[in-house]
Amino acid sequence: MCGFSGYFGTVRDGRALLERMTAAIAHRGPDEQGFFTTKAAGLGHARLSIVGLGDGQQPMSDATGDLTIAFNGEIFNYVELREQLRAKGRHFRTTSDTEVILHLYDEMGEDCVSALNGDFAFALWDGRRRRMVLTRDRMGVRPLFYTRQGERLYFASEVKALLQAPGVAAEIDPVALDQIFTLWAPIAPRTPFRNIYEIEPASLMIVQEGSVSTRPYWSLEYPDRDAPPRQGDERAAAEELRALLTEATRMRMRADVPVGAYLSGGLDSSITSALAAGMAPGGLRTFSVTFDSAEHDESPFQIEMARALGTHHSAVACGEGDIAAVFPDVIRFTERPILRTAPAPLYKLSSLVREAGLKVVLTGEGADEVFAGYDIFKEARVRRFCGRQPGSRIRPHLFRKLYPYLPGLRQQSAEYLFSFFGASGATLDDPLFSHRPRFDGTAATKLFYSGDLRATLSGYDAAEELAARLPEAFARWHPLHQAQYLEARFLLPGYILSSQGDRMAMAHGIEGRFPFLDHHLVEFAAGLPPEMKLKGLVEKHILREATKDLLPAAIGRRTKQPYRAPDSQSFVGPGTRDYVQSALGDAAVSAGGLFNPKAVAKLHEKCSRQPASGFRDNAAFVGILSTQLWLTTFTGTGICNAKAA
Amino acid sequence: MTDTIQDAVKAFVIENFLFGDTTHALADTDSLIENGIIDSTGVLELVAFIEDHCGITVADADIVPANLDSLARITAFITAKTASLVAA
Repeated sequence: MCGFSGYFGTVRDGRALLERMTAAIAHRGPDEQGFFTTKAAGLGHARLSIVGLGDGQQPMSDATGDLTIAFNGEIFNYVELREQLRAKGRHFRTTSDTEVILHLYDEMGEDCVSALNGDFAFALWDGRRRRMVLTRDRMGVRPLFYTRQGERLYFASEVKALLQAPGVAAEIDPVALDQIFTLWAPIAPRTPFRNIYEIEPASLMIVQEGSVSTRPYWSLEYPDRDAPPRQGDERAAAEELRALLTEATRMRMRADVPVGAYLSGGLDSSITSALAAGMAPGGLRTFSVTFDSAEHDESPFQIEMARALGTHHSAVACGEGDIAAVFPDVIRFTERPILRTAPAPLYKLSSLVREAGLKVVLTGEGADEVFAGYDIFKEARVRRFCGRQPGSRIRPHLFRKLYPYLPGLRQQSAEYLFSFFGASGATLDDPLFSHRPRFDGTAATKLFYSGDLRATLSGYDAAEELAARLPEAFARWHPLHQAQYLEARFLLPGYILSSQGDRMAMAHGIEGRFPFLDHHLVEFAAGLPPEMKLKGLVEKHILREATKDLLPAAIGRRTKQPYRAPDSQSFVGPGTRDYVQSALGDAAVSAGGLFNPKAVAKLHEKCSRQPASGFRDNAAFVGILSTQLWLTTFTGTGICNAKAA
Repeated sequence: MTDTIQDAVKAFVIENFLFGDTTHALADTDSLIENGIIDSTGVLELVAFIEDHCGITVADADIVPANLDSLARITAFITAKTASLVAA
């Protein structure tokens, strides 16, 4: 797990450039750095040593010197692949997974990615064919960005490295901003930086003189709604799930350093911790965030689970003022505006892991996408149920059951609940049906756009673009699978795995590993009947069945509690940090040019006066503040004083 | 009287939900929900405003879109409630 940077094309003093680019992402690999240059390409690498501690230095070349790779991530099945390659007569000089990729590429070319089970991004220079191969893992765990400047192409694990390259400047892409303010994340390959893109998950890019080509090597697919049912009953499915998950966890415990685990107290991380605890001979270390506010805190469940497993447990408290204290740093690492503060506590959590001396943690991320755990899946089911009888006064009360933690909903009549969730039968054919209330509710934040931004975006519809990006088979899938696809293909890599995942962990040189995102498990789960995942309104049913012997009953029966953190209230009240006033002040908002200064002032005043603001106001507040911090951090305009202290 | 109520409600909606944005062409009969102006928390803010500024109590059963989902409906609701108070 590391960071890398590089270029394709002729660059004057390429080594010095690589040193600057790699220094910008040194936090991803604090253990050592390495560089490789030829006339036509260069690679730089910042290493976090986890596998092959003594002999895994990068960039790594093969014995001929023709192939050189800079690699970020882990190939979990490298042991098996190495044995297969040895059986073919290949000789290995190191114990690292990096060398396995080099040999595999030599055997198979770029198609070798199909044999890899792992979380990876790499750049491989093929000197024989004079081309650079850039690729990312299937689900989008590890990042990879690029930009073109004339005949040259620069790439790196984070955008901040690209900004070191000549001619590359940070400028906001208004369309990406609008996508965030509608969908919560940009639609890849677009990023918030104009002319800077990301390699999409499960994609290969081949760069050679005069051409750049990109193609997917894997795709997330679900069975057609009318396809014959899967063979085997629920019990058999649960057994197979358990075997796949156990194997996925076992592979992710492979490391030459100790592996710990995040433990939120919810079902998913409790399962991964329980499986890992049985595979950690010296005992497992677990890590949690606790909150002062009761509505966000899950510490009783964390403590219960840690006791049940006998782990060495540590927690970091996220109290009043803590989120505001780290938020400018959080935006420096997310490299994109965000609508929620949820990454901030995870930034503190990875710091705790680093202080404990660990480099690797398992997490439960991905289970909600793979096994239908999110409330939005249940919400869509209830909306369809209500839509079949629009006049019902009883059916809309189910919405209240979905969101017991939202005070605004508890007190609403059936008529209002029906209206809020747009449960009209007229939209049932909408491909974005499941997510439409979320997208519409989020888009209400555009009220704060400046006149110039509105004019720039005139006629653009982010949700329409998303719908246009759906695969042809999407229409044939079950509605639950359509909703799962939207989460897993867009929000997971665009927000969960990036802003909450890789960026917050790597800010402190911590590698997260995700057993639920093992592609064998993902493919298996995609093929399960919808009712095995969402049974009635019980989420992740088959996962509960498969793991019920692992967990205390109180944990195994827990209803999904979404991971949330205090939003606008983190930034208002006594002790408000100067940068908040500065970033939301008239001068900074006017200078940024993206939002209406008067409206922002009123929002700030409202959130200060009334901390229990609703979803739209909270999303707008955090979105505007993070955008202002993004502008200050990356565009060098210094529109506000972004110092946290 | 009705105009005064409607003006006050409109001013509240513009200030509290549109944050002073007067360019939003909000017709008296436009749905506040369908136009993304109000969410579930916003309804409770609206009820608090009506109770604080109009001296009436809004029963749970009255918190329905038929009474509160447009400027015209809110105005009619307040007018009717106030009238019933006077009559009593």
